[in-house]
Formats: sequence, structure tokens, C-alpha cells
Amino acid sequence: MNFHSLVEDVISDTLSSLPLFGPEIAICITIFVLLATRVLPVLDRIDAYYLTLLGLVVALLLPDGGQPWRMWSESVDIGRTEIFTGMLVYDGFTLFMRGVLLVFGILLLLLMRITHVLDRRDGTDVYTLILGATLGMCLMASANHLLMVFLAVEMASVPSYILAGMRKTRRLSSEAALKYSVYGAGTAGIMLYGISLVAGVTNSVHLPTMATRLAMMWPEMGVEQSYVLALGGLMIMVGLAFKLSAVPFHFWCPDVFEGASAEVNAFLSVASKAAALALLVRVAIGFGVIPPSERDDNAAMIQADHSHAAVSYVAHTPKKNSRVAQVVFQPAASSAVAGPASLRGFIAVLIAVVAAVTCTFGNLAAYGQTNINRLLAYSTIAHAGYMMMPVPAAIAMVEKNPESAEIAMASLGVYIAIYLFMNLGAFAIVALLRDALGSEEIADYGGLIRRLPGTVICFSIILFSLVGLPPLAGFIGKFAVFSALVAGYQVTQHGYLIALLFVGGINTVISLFYYLRVVKVMTIEAEPDNRRPIDFSMISVAGAYVVLVTSPMLLFFLKWDWLSKFSRSAVDHLFS
Amino acid sequence: MDNPIFLLSFIVFAPAVGALILVFFPKGNADVIRLFTLAVTIVVFIVTALLTIPGFWDNSFDTSLTAMQDTFRLPWVPTFDIEYFMGIDGISFPLVVLTAFICVLAMGASWSVTKHVKGYCILFLLLETGMLGVFMALDFFLFYVFWEVMLLPMYFLIGVWGGSRKEYAAIKFFLYTLVGSVLMLIAILMLYFNSDLTQLGAEQLIAANIIEQPDGTSADEAFTQWLKSEDLLAEKFNAKKDDPSQMLHTFNVLALQQMGQHTSLFDDFGTDAESSLPVKLLGGGPQHWAFLLLFIGFVIKVPSVPFHTWLPDAHVEAPTPISMILAGILLKMGGYGIIRMCYPICPAAGYSLAWLVCTVGVVSMVYGAFAALAQKDFKRLVAYSSVSHMGYVVLGLGVWNVAAITNSDYWNMGVQGAMFQMIAHGISSAGMFFLVGVVYDRVHHRNLDEFGGLFGKMPLYTGLSVVIFFAALGLPGLCGFIGEVFVVLSVWNYSMVLAVISAAVVILTAGYILWTIQRVYLGADYRGPHEEELTPINSREILIAAPLVFFAILFGVYPKIVLQYMEPTIDRQVTELVEWQKDMESRKISGALLPEMDVGRLQTEQRFDDIEERDNNLSLFDERTRRKLQPD
Repeated sequence: MNFHSLVEDVISDTLSSLPLFGPEIAICITIFVLLATRVLPVLDRIDAYYLTLLGLVVALLLPDGGQPWRMWSESVDIGRTEIFTGMLVYDGFTLFMRGVLLVFGILLLLLMRITHVLDRRDGTDVYTLILGATLGMCLMASANHLLMVFLAVEMASVPSYILAGMRKTRRLSSEAALKYSVYGAGTAGIMLYGISLVAGVTNSVHLPTMATRLAMMWPEMGVEQSYVLALGGLMIMVGLAFKLSAVPFHFWCPDVFEGASAEVNAFLSVASKAAALALLVRVAIGFGVIPPSERDDNAAMIQADHSHAAVSYVAHTPKKNSRVAQVVFQPAASSAVAGPASLRGFIAVLIAVVAAVTCTFGNLAAYGQTNINRLLAYSTIAHAGYMMMPVPAAIAMVEKNPESAEIAMASLGVYIAIYLFMNLGAFAIVALLRDALGSEEIADYGGLIRRLPGTVICFSIILFSLVGLPPLAGFIGKFAVFSALVAGYQVTQHGYLIALLFVGGINTVISLFYYLRVVKVMTIEAEPDNRRPIDFSMISVAGAYVVLVTSPMLLFFLKWDWLSKFSRSAVDHLFS
Repeated sequence: MDNPIFLLSFIVFAPAVGALILVFFPKGNADVIRLFTLAVTIVVFIVTALLTIPGFWDNSFDTSLTAMQDTFRLPWVPTFDIEYFMGIDGISFPLVVLTAFICVLAMGASWSVTKHVKGYCILFLLLETGMLGVFMALDFFLFYVFWEVMLLPMYFLIGVWGGSRKEYAAIKFFLYTLVGSVLMLIAILMLYFNSDLTQLGAEQLIAANIIEQPDGTSADEAFTQWLKSEDLLAEKFNAKKDDPSQMLHTFNVLALQQMGQHTSLFDDFGTDAESSLPVKLLGGGPQHWAFLLLFIGFVIKVPSVPFHTWLPDAHVEAPTPISMILAGILLKMGGYGIIRMCYPICPAAGYSLAWLVCTVGVVSMVYGAFAALAQKDFKRLVAYSSVSHMGYVVLGLGVWNVAAITNSDYWNMGVQGAMFQMIAHGISSAGMFFLVGVVYDRVHHRNLDEFGGLFGKMPLYTGLSVVIFFAALGLPGLCGFIGEVFVVLSVWNYSMVLAVISAAVVILTAGYILWTIQRVYLGADYRGPHEEELTPINSREILIAAPLVFFAILFGVYPKIVLQYMEPTIDRQVTELVEWQKDMESRKISGALLPEMDVGRLQTEQRFDDIEERDNNLSLFDERTRRKLQPD
């Protein structure tokens, strides 16, 4: 291959990739324009808010890379396309996560407009940073290459560090930014080291190639190599756990949330977490599951080994009892699809343990909090635990039943979509109450229902939704996740999935305590004597916004079929 | 009202719509808000009451039918096979009427609530929707949703309008119930993922209300027709029926019951790929786990010892009308869940764990009665009497033993007694809590030692009270007697020791009730504070107490008025379960008769389609049991 044809290839690949990358490009252009407004006096007269909004809406509406709602119609099949020579992947999952991030960006922008956290000068900077981080998160959701993983994580993190320090006059805010960036830099370094170790063992950082190589190497892999691989994998997990705020890499989370403004907290807890989960899915699949496009070559090779066993097994299956047949070995090719089972088992157990510990720790630690932001920080840690739960179930099921594995991943999508509204709603109300009361202490919310009945009812609905009580949307998320675990047990008979289910159930009960405490303070307790008059009415833009983000709690519950259809078509090509 | 969709949806959701309308009422006028709420509850009650009159509507309850009536199924969440599926039968219908009735009376008693009346009424109506929904839902998911919907209003009703330790009591109630419902959710998911509609035959699908059988067609014809129809479920069924690796899951409670009784789906969690042995989780299959988890969930609600401690606190702190609802209706949901879900869906587990169910029942009866004897607080005493009385319900449901094969009448009697006891206790306990509330409203204390002499100051009130308290005691001629006597008689056949103990509880009950009457109503004079407040009972209070007294007497004198609704359905359910039991026992025997065969495989694989073979086996078995049961 000469140099000329190489260039030709790259050019044609890039040109065909660009339309699918449209939303990211739109965000890039918006960032550029925003930066230009600070330099050019002519542009400075335009409110940066409108430019940002325009950029996000355009990104969402672009025909090829945007418009995630296309997936509702059955006829549209997004397929799976590797773009930019395999650095990124474009599939339903990418489109879904991108949709979540962009919709969230728009809603967050509206919130920042309503609350009084920004003056006009700051606005441009903050919007630029949010767009920059969103860009990084979109890349996280579509990363298909370990280098891209690292770049995307950094792209998302660095603007977040600055956002955490946005309230310049507060010492706590600067402290938060510093803690966040030191912690982030440390974990990023560890992750990069892990990537280099894995690259050394597999000779590739392209996730599908890596999975294929691992599947081939695994049977003959020596002890040293497998140690190095495990170490590399764990180090990559450190980076992911930091982004997910999973225990034991969660320490930054409560401090940052206490220091940063509620709007930024909403951004960190929803967008950042959604992207991190998408990345977790990509990396977990990258280690354990061979992508469909690579399977044909491998299938033939590995099939030879397994076909004998499979055939003899089927012969033993009693014909009368169809229950036995239900778990009969899939055709032997599926083990080629899936890659090495023991490696997958290791990944699944690792994620399951982290999920269980994260969930339990988050819920227990939230109990003692007095600051609403800190409380919600621990709540997001706990929710990260819940959201990680379907991943081990899906990874464990890949081999025996790829379809159920995809449904398990879809439950993650359902959870994320609902979580977006729950946490945005919670932080939006915290921000509005901060503006109205001048406090973020739970004790200062005492008896608030007598002053702001509408807001308190909406806040209570959101908090109960976070507990996961029907008839609120939070229950759907929990239900979907728990059902993924039961399905996982049913298919694989791995006891740890049922253990995880019980952990999730017990955690639901534990979480009731602290969410209910906030509700109790607002509704049952008496008002403090020194309360100032409150300047807030539900009949206002802010009130409408609160209703807007609360109403999905009820609407999603009544009509959750389309939500689950949507996320099921989003995961269509993850495993098959 | 000819269409069951409108009829049942109206009954369930009319209160919720009422609550929504209330939101727009101006805050000031408390009486208008109360009257509106009362009107809503009365309308709901009238509709349910009219259902009891045969032939009033096309959909009126037909006592000659044993199956579910007025059913309808609409798809709700097809991706999870969840349906909006409701119906009523002889088990749920009396409880629906009781709920609507108690709600009217409780709302009538709510005039004593003066704080935040609007919020109170909204929550009250939402609570009523949840309770009615639980009794009518036939989709397990829908059932769970209604079950949880009750929690939030109840928390606030206790937490905001309760007594001095209201916050503690409210969170305790919430927590206990949430633990139960989380366990229930796990059980529901286990059952869902083990269910497979394609394993059911035509008749079973008809029984599960999945296929409609037009008059004059055979079951198989209806089945073929249904397969050809454009029904969403039929399409899925067609796609999955020939592929054994695909299961068609369902939340349909009736279908789950059919699966529990006619297939081996719930016996194990699939088969191990390598050893091809059935997979169990810690030695139990889905049935056992589901039964245990559901049973704990329901028993928390009943409540039985050792999960009862939330009840006295909740009752003592709750305002009077909410206590009436708690004791009159909420506790019945536990019993209803056991009879509707636990036994028919997991018969094998229910059969093998009958000792557990009976023990829990008897322990609750004894413990509740002793605890009631020790109370100083009037309301706490009534609360513990509820624990004791609900023990009869659990006990009556559980008396299922080997002897049922030859004679299922005893178990039948136990279940009927349990159902009757639920209705009777709904009347008597709601009455007791109301009557305690009447005197508390006047003198603002409940200390049993500081009462006395009420007979002289409030004669009519005392008369009504004595009737209600005697009804709770189980005096013949009043409603409490029938249920207790049915249960105790049925237990005799199950275990004589338990029967003796449960009969002895009647003495304890008489002890604490008579002692209470003596301390509160009799005696020369009143010993507590606020003596001047002891005014005779007013007409609103009479209007609430009188119907309760009336029904306490009516049900005691003429129990058939309630039993006629329940009997056909209970007969059918008991007969079906005993049929299942015969199958199961005869399989055991044939396993013992053919020792060379693999018994384990026989149990999971072989179903006795051949009735003759089964009966041959059973006649052998009959010999043996008869010899065992009657040594002479």
C-alpha cells in the first residue's frame, strides 16, 4: 500500500464519517463562535445563551447523527458503523446517549437562565465549558478505541473541574475545584497506565480487535500475561470508577457537590454519569465480547473446538421436558461470538461487586447529611450503583442468550432516561430554593409546604421517585434493572446476580430513610421562626420549569412502553 | 355501567378523580371540602352496593358463578407483558364492598380532623383508590402498583395528622411495609421470569381469561380461533409456541395460578447446562422462594407476630378515621394476598409450609391476646386485639394437610372462616376504633385506668360499644363468632394441639374485652380529667356507629348473607388445589411403587394426564392414610 492510496483511504473514510459525527461538529462550531464573541466586540452584543441553545438544538436535529427519536419507528435500523478508522462507533446506543446528553444540555441551559447563578459575563464562559464537556461526553458514549476513551474522559473532565469552581467568591467552591482536579488527574494517570499495559498484552487498543485477540490468546495465555492484563483492566476500571463516582473512588463527589452550584451538580450527576455508564458498557463489551463484524472469521475457528461438546450435549437433552430445552446450549458459534467466558465472568463479578458496594455505601452515607447538595451527592453515588447492576447481568448472559443481554442493557437505557429527569428536577428545585431562601441546609426547609406548596409537592414527587416507589417513574428504572438481574440469574444460574438483586432491594429500603427525611422536614415539621418572606411563585417561568421536569415522573409511568421500546432499539446492535 | 371496563375503572379511579378535583377547591371552606369527599365515597359505595343486587346491571355480581366475573384485559406495557387487567370474584368482591363501606364511615368520622382539611381529603381519596385497586387487580404488576400507591397517603395521614409520636409511627409503618413490598417485588419477578404461557393448554388459557370461549364452542375450537386472531398476545404466542427456548412470560395472576397448579414451571430455576439437574437456589425452587417472600410481605401487612410491631404504634398515633381504615381494610390486604397469590400460585410450597403458616397464625393469636391484656392505652389494646383476631385468618388459610385428599371440607371451612373473619373483623375493629375515638375526642386521653362510669353519662354510646365489643369477643349471634368457630373447627382436623390453643384464645379474648368494658363503661363514676366534656353521643356519631352495629348483628344472625358471595369461589379454589394435591401425592406414590425409576425426574416430568392411573394410585394411598388417620 503506497502513501497515496493510504491518504486516499483516510480522506474517503473521513468524508463518510463526518455526517455521522454531525452533532459533535455542531457543538465544536458553537464553542468556536462563543469564544469569538469574547474577542469580537460586534458579536459580544448577542446573548451567548441563544447561541448555545441554537447550537444544541441544531446538534439534536441534524438528520444523520442527531434525531434519536428516529429509532421509535420500527423500520429504521441504525446498524453499527465504525467511523474515523475505528476510533469511534456509531450505533443505536451512541445515538441514544447523544440524545440524552443533548436534551439534558438544553434543559440545563433553560435552568441556568431561570436561576440567578450567572451574570452575563460569566455566562459565555460557563456555556463554553458545558459545551466542551458535553462534547467529551458524546465521545465517551461512542468511543471504540482505548486512546479515544482516554481523550474523551479528559475532554469531559477538564471543563468540569473549572465548572466546579464557578462560584468564584466562595472558598468551598475553589476547594471543590481543586479536589476534583487533583483526584481527576490522579485517576486519569492510572487509567492511562492501565491502557498501556493492556495495549502491551493485546497489541491493540482498538476495542473490537482487542476482544478478538483476547479470545484467541486466552486459552494459551501465561500467568504473567494474565496478571498484567488483569492489572491493566483494574487500572482502567479506576478511571471509570472515578467518572462514575463508584466506591472507593467517590470521595471527590460530596465535597465537589457541596462546593459547586446546584446547576453544575445537575450536570455532573446526570450528563457525566450517563456518559461514564455508556463508557463502562463499551469497555466491558470491548474486553469480553467479540463484535458482530469480527465474528465470522472467529466462529469457524472456535467452532471446531466446541461443536463436539455441544452436539453430545443436545443428544442428552430429554425430549419430553421442554423446560430443559430452554437452556440448551446455543449453537456452538455463540461461544465464538462471546469470547472467553472466564474473562467475562471476572468482569461481571468485578462490576457486580463495585455496584453492590457503591449502592450500599452511598445510601448509608447519605443518612447523616445535613446539606441537601451533599445528600444528593451520596444519592447519585447510590444511583450509580443501581445503574451498574444490569451490566454484569448482560455480560454474563451474552453467551447463552444475546437477546436477553440486550434487554438487560436496555434497562440501563430506561434508567438513565428517567434518572435524567429525576436528578435534574431535584437540583433545579434545590437551585430555585437556594435563590429563594439563601440556604442549602435541609433544616432551613422546615415547614416549607405552608409557603411553597407547589414546589414542595413537586420536590416530594421527585424524591419519592428517587426512592423508586410506584406510581412514579423511578420505579420503572428500578423494576427494569431488577428484572434484568432476575433474567440474568434465570439464564446463567449465577448466584451473585440474585445476591445483587437482594442488595438492590435492601438498598431501596435504606434509601427511603434519607429521602423521606427531607420530605418530612418540608411537610411535617414547623417553620423556623426567623424565616424571611419568600419571593417565589409557582405561576412563573420557574414554576413552569419545575412542573416540566416533574411531570415526566408521572407521564413516563403511564406510558413507559415507548421508553422501553426506544431503549430496546437503541441496544439492538450491541451484541448481535 | 354495562361494560366492566367502565364499571371497575369507575370504582377504582373515581376517588382519584375526586382528589384531583379537590386540588382546585379554595382552601377556606372546610365543610364543603369534607362534604364533597363524603359524596365521592358515598357514590363509590352505592355503585359497589348495587353490584350486590343480582340482575340490577348486566354486570352485577352473579353468585352462581365460581370464576372471575366482570373481567377485562387491556395491554398496558407490551414490552413487559403488563396488562390493565381487573375483575372480581367471591374472594375479592366482599372485600371491595367492605372497603367502600368503611371508607364512607371513616370519612364521616373525619369531621374531627380540623388541620389542613384539603390535604387530608385529597390523601384520603388517593388511599381509597389504592385499596380498591389492590382487591380488583388481576395483573401482578398492577396489584403491586396499587399496593404501593397506598403507602404514601398513609404515611402522610399518620405523619401529619397523627398524635404526639406521629413521625416515629409513620416511618415505622412505611418501613415495615416497604420491606414487605420489596420482597414481594423480588418474588413477582421470579415468578414472571419462570412463567411461560405456551405451556398452558386450551382450558387453562380460558381459565386464565386469556382466551374467550364463546357459547357453544369447545375449548379447543376457541383456542384455534384465538391463535388465528390478531390479538397481540396470540401473535406472540404463535411466534414462541414451537420454540422451546422462547418463553412467553406473563404477570396475569390467573395464568400464574394455572401454571402453579398444572405445570412444573415453578419447580426449579431451569436446568443446569452441564449436569442437566434442575437448579435450585439454596435448596428451593421459584415456588418456595416466591411463597416465602410473598408470605413475609403479606404477613407484615396482616400483621402477624413477629412482624406486628408497627401496628400498635401506627394505630395509637393515627387519627380515628385512619385507624378505622387501617384496621378495617389495610390489614385485610395481607389475608387477601395470601389467599389470592400465595396458595394458588405456589401450591407445592404452600402445602409443604402449611405448618409455618399455621404456627404464625396461632402464635399471633396467643401473643396478641396476652399483649392486649397488658395494655393501659385503650387504642393500643384494640390494636393488639387486631393482631390476635387476624391470627385466625392466617390460621384458617393454612390448615391444609394430607387428609384434604379424602375430605377437603375442613380446609374449605378454614378458608371460609378466614374470609368471614376478615369481613367480621372489618366491621368490629373499625367500630372499636371509632368508639375509642368518640370518647378520646371528648376527654383527650385514652388511659384505661382513668375511665369508668361512662354508662351513666353516655348511655346510648355505651350500648353501641358493648355490642361491637361483644362482636369482637366472638359472642354467638354476633359477627365475630362465625369466623372463629369455622376456623377452630377446621384446625381440629389439622392439629389437635393447635386447635386446643386456638380455642383457648377465646378465653383470653373474653378476658381482655370484659375487663375493658368493666374498666371503661361500668363502675360508679368517671376517674379521669375533663369530666364535664362527657356529653352524649351526637347524631353524626350515631350515624356512623349504628350501621356497624347493625351489620355486626346481621352477619352474626344470618351469616349466609356474606357466605353466599364467597362460598362458590372458595369451593372452587379449594377443589382445584386439592386436585393438584391428589396429582402430587399420587406421583409420590408411583415413585415409591417404582423404586427402580428415577423419582426426581418422574416428579418434574410426569404429569398425570391419565386420570385413571392417578386414581388407582390414590386408592392405594387412601388405604394408607385412612389407616394412619384412624388407627382403630
